[in-house]
Amino acid sequence: MSWFKRTEKGITTPTEEKREVPDGLWYQCPECKKVVPTKEHAEHAYTCSECNYHARIGSKEYFELLFDNQHFTELDENLVSSDPLTFKDSQPYPNRIVAAQKKTGLKDAVRTGFGKMDGMNVVICCMDFAFVGGSMGSVVGEKIARGIDHARKKKCPFIMISKSGGARMMEAGFSLMQMAKTSAKLALLDQDGLPYISLMTDPTTGGVTASYAMLGDFNIAEPGSLIGFAGPRVVKETIGKDLPAGFQTAEFLLEHGFLDFIVDRKEMKKRLSDLLHMLSK
Amino acid sequence: MYLDFEKPIGDLETKLAEMKQVAEESEVDVTKEVKSLEAKILELKKDIYSNLTRWQRVQLSRHPERPYTLDYIQGMCDTFIELHGDRAVKDDMAMVGGFGTIGEQTFMIIGHQKGRKTKERQVRNFGMANPDGYRKALRLMKLAEKFNKPIVTLIDTPGAYPGLEAEERGQAEAIARNLKEMFMLKVPVICIIIGEGASGGALGIAIGDKVMMLENTWYSVISPESCSSILWRSWDYKELAAEALKLTAEDMLQHGLIDGIIGEPLGGAHQDPSWMYQTLKDELSKMLLELNELSAKERIAKRIEKFASMGVTVEG
Ligand SMILES: [Zn+2]
Repeated sequence: MSWFKRTEKGITTPTEEKREVPDGLWYQCPECKKVVPTKEHAEHAYTCSECNYHARIGSKEYFELLFDNQHFTELDENLVSSDPLTFKDSQPYPNRIVAAQKKTGLKDAVRTGFGKMDGMNVVICCMDFAFVGGSMGSVVGEKIARGIDHARKKKCPFIMISKSGGARMMEAGFSLMQMAKTSAKLALLDQDGLPYISLMTDPTTGGVTASYAMLGDFNIAEPGSLIGFAGPRVVKETIGKDLPAGFQTAEFLLEHGFLDFIVDRKEMKKRLSDLLHMLSK
Repeated sequence: MYLDFEKPIGDLETKLAEMKQVAEESEVDVTKEVKSLEAKILELKKDIYSNLTRWQRVQLSRHPERPYTLDYIQGMCDTFIELHGDRAVKDDMAMVGGFGTIGEQTFMIIGHQKGRKTKERQVRNFGMANPDGYRKALRLMKLAEKFNKPIVTLIDTPGAYPGLEAEERGQAEAIARNLKEMFMLKVPVICIIIGEGASGGALGIAIGDKVMMLENTWYSVISPESCSSILWRSWDYKELAAEALKLTAEDMLQHGLIDGIIGEPLGGAHQDPSWMYQTLKDELSKMLLELNELSAKERIAKRIEKFASMGVTVEG
């Protein structure tokens, strides 16, 4: 998207138009500012028809995009967090959890679906960034571990959609060990010869990247996603310089050899199912 | 060198030294006074070191005189041959490793390495490994597996290096790969936190059949300082953060996240390094004996089961 085009749009009236319609019916692209009906945006898999910006979406949307007829069984949907450390900063940890549950309608930062994708059984674990920044605590680790167990039981592929700021500090040591736990389960998935596709979306950082997200048989990402170990702010502070353009984007990781390919969300289901079907032939 | 909370000990020890010197110069008999002061110092030490706050433990874990990985190796091994490089990019000086013999047994010993003087600290990158360090560690672990030698890892890092090149070369991928690969190692793996165990940078060499912490170390998902800056939006709450994180050996054992604690001499490992090396040597032999009772398959299954059971959730 070029700058002059962007300016041109600023002169025209979409923002004016937007003000005249009720909220929720229109979507404005944060990148190129194009305004489209929300319905049209959803039909485009929540990507911008103008600049292809991939909006951040959650498990609900990914499950709708990937499972046949949007049909799936949710696993471990009632698993919730405990407070093993009685952690308290500005507020007690359980209060944060309850607030996040109220705000998002979710139980924690990951959901697991079992269903068919182009006729093939798959387990998909998908993270929700809206829930405490998609942070990984015991619930996230346990649900992913059980998701992998389910794939092993059903002898089907496992797909992980990551979207996370990293560890959940309020679970300290427990949070750290979720990296180990999920990696252990993936080692067992390897032994069974079952495929694991790791899809990294914007953003995927910290302990999530440094465990299951980078352990795919296929590491793939949505275009433009921020993916890294340390967050850009920390890296910038470490080197005391501005970061090069495009640093830690999906494209940067592809160039440096850490992704198999980048997948456009509109083609995601087809690419994933083509890949998995190839493996079954 | 005395840490802030050790100042009262420092004062008495200075007094003791003065007393001894005066006695030497004047030939006055102060044997009784010296004895009583020494007893007083011991009492004070016992009092201070048995009531440490979590933040004070963190301070001890970072004590500049504390033994580092190569000190342990030198102190424990009859022979040690260091092996360098990841065979891809470089030799990461923040991660060291090689074959070492303790008594009749050869081990592969791998660990983070900090530097003591300004220049060496930089060379060792303050114990913060790059991806090349984690890949070197994995290469050496595979070598140990090939020759059926048990692995000992010594963990002492303020974190994996968060630099630009570390990101370019896949810091996250390097750590993640180690986690998964370490679960499948056929040989016994013993991991010892000897100083700081910060986050993924520590965990990247800490998947083992036995994960032990020395008495005055810490192990958590984030350092108290970084936790303070994120949750309290200021660097000033590190003591509170240390308390909240429950990052001491006792905390971690209580929560079932490590397998045991190895005691240190009064005041920390640096107060009597030879005692510490001998203690660790004995502990390693004992643990190896126990692990050798199991087959490789059994060890791997137990290793996986142990980490897979970590976490606290509620079926809502
Ligand atoms: Zn756009």
